[in-house]
Amino acid sequence: MNRNDFEILNNNLIYLDNGATTLKPKVVVNSINNYLTKYSANAHRGDYDISFKVDTLYEGARDTVKEFLNASRREEIVFTSGATASINMIVDGYFKNTLKKGDEVLITKVEHASNVLPWFRLSKELGIVVKYIELDSNNEVTIDNLKKSITPNTKVISLAHITNTLGDIRPIKEITKLAHENNILVVVDGAQSVPHIKIDVKDLDIDFLAFSAHKMLATTGLGILYGKYDLLNNLKPTFLGGGMNESFDDVDKVFLKELPTRLEAGTQSIEAVLSLDAAIKYINSIGIDNITKHEQDLKEYAINKLKSIPHIKLYNKNTTSGIILFNVEGIFSQDVAYYLNKYNICIRAGNHCAKLLKDVINTNQTCRASLYLYNTHEEIDKLVELLSDKERILKEMI
Amino acid sequence: MDEETRREIIMSNYMQPVGKKDTPKDTSNYKMVNSKNDSCIDNLDIYVDIKDGVIKDIFFNGEACAISTSSTSIMINELIGKTTKEAINYINNFESMINEKEYNKEILGESLAYEEIYKQGNRKHCAHLPYIGLKKVIEEYEETNN
Ligand SMILES: Cc1ncc(COP(=O)(O)O)c(C=O)c1O
Repeated sequence: MNRNDFEILNNNLIYLDNGATTLKPKVVVNSINNYLTKYSANAHRGDYDISFKVDTLYEGARDTVKEFLNASRREEIVFTSGATASINMIVDGYFKNTLKKGDEVLITKVEHASNVLPWFRLSKELGIVVKYIELDSNNEVTIDNLKKSITPNTKVISLAHITNTLGDIRPIKEITKLAHENNILVVVDGAQSVPHIKIDVKDLDIDFLAFSAHKMLATTGLGILYGKYDLLNNLKPTFLGGGMNESFDDVDKVFLKELPTRLEAGTQSIEAVLSLDAAIKYINSIGIDNITKHEQDLKEYAINKLKSIPHIKLYNKNTTSGIILFNVEGIFSQDVAYYLNKYNICIRAGNHCAKLLKDVINTNQTCRASLYLYNTHEEIDKLVELLSDKERILKEMI
Repeated sequence: MDEETRREIIMSNYMQPVGKKDTPKDTSNYKMVNSKNDSCIDNLDIYVDIKDGVIKDIFFNGEACAISTSSTSIMINELIGKTTKEAINYINNFESMINEKEYNKEILGESLAYEEIYKQGNRKHCAHLPYIGLKKVIEEYEETNN
């Protein structure tokens, strides 16, 4: 789809590392370029034309995100520096002040480090207990298993919507329903879902959501923190400084602004915010459902071919998102990645920041090919062709 | 060294690495060092036995790519029996080679298989990996024994 919009693809690059970050279409590049060359002023500051323009565009981007997520209010959208920053702010700014010793948070062993380590630290600091929801035989979260994990002490469920390794899509709507019936809040790590599937925070009834702009065609340095207004309003800012305070005279006389500005201390990455505006409009012009379907088709196509190659071990045949996790038997994942790189194919090797996953799939390193709208059947054919000949891999990997 | 020879050396050391084995029960004579780097996922435990200034034995285990596994194997093959001084000289030459500086070809033996590894960006770190660990062990030994 839309390959001409991605200049980087002119060089026959086969980019299959979209879980790490995505390529940028021309409209995104232009949005940054325009900011840097035509109106590179700060937002919320000077009383002059280009600053007013930047301010308008910056706040316009917030509206674009709000519509994209179907949030109730624009104040529920906070710009951060990334999904990682968003999750850390949620944990340290909200849960650190509301949880107490013995309270339980439920995660899984498939979570990304950014949805594990902040909870681990809170466990050390407050004595909360981090528990893992048991996974089914497909390594997925089921409502039955979730029910079994919930105790009277469970206060938070914090899960990736789509995991960045197995690519399984968690039943968030059922999860939030069950959680809310038990007075449990749900934090959703949307880093791998918001770029790929329709997210309606109202319909899914999500309490907090975190994701990164760079994984959805925009540039790096920007994340989004969504929270239901009343929760977000009780989230203590991690950073204090310019832009977010109303006035201050003394230690006892510090007055902070309202949401969302209160949570955006200092100068944000303005060009990144404008690039996200362009990226979301671009995604909307294609239709997020069309992107989802395209990835599903490609994934199915790839799995059908790969599963007939005897030396390929697939770890997530059954999941429908565009992530393919595999190993070539007897060959170290990084050697496979180096081999494919010789043919201009980018995949990722390693543990993908999910270091607890080894307990689940019994290996701590895998190859990951992750898809997006611009990938094609021909690219999959090339990948399959290169992986089908093990002798060739052994010969060419060094 | 021509490309075919380099390939053969690397592959045979990768397929049948010298000194790769599970950790035995008694490692009291050995110093263990973990070698890994930020740019890749290789992760090696290297065990070194130095006595009277001579490297008596080295073995290793862990997970690593073809380049770092073969490089470790070659390192072990080349350096067992050498004095710590000779080993340091070897490592310095190896490091010069992968960093495109002047070095003494005569002493590097099979490690010359990596003479062009600098062309492959990240992979030079893989080839270098075992030497980071070994150097640390030798330097610690020298400090406590001098
Ligand atoms: C599931 C998941 N959560 C969180 C993150 C963190 O995103 P970022 O590095 O952009 O903060 C990632 C990125 O790899 C991810 O895949």
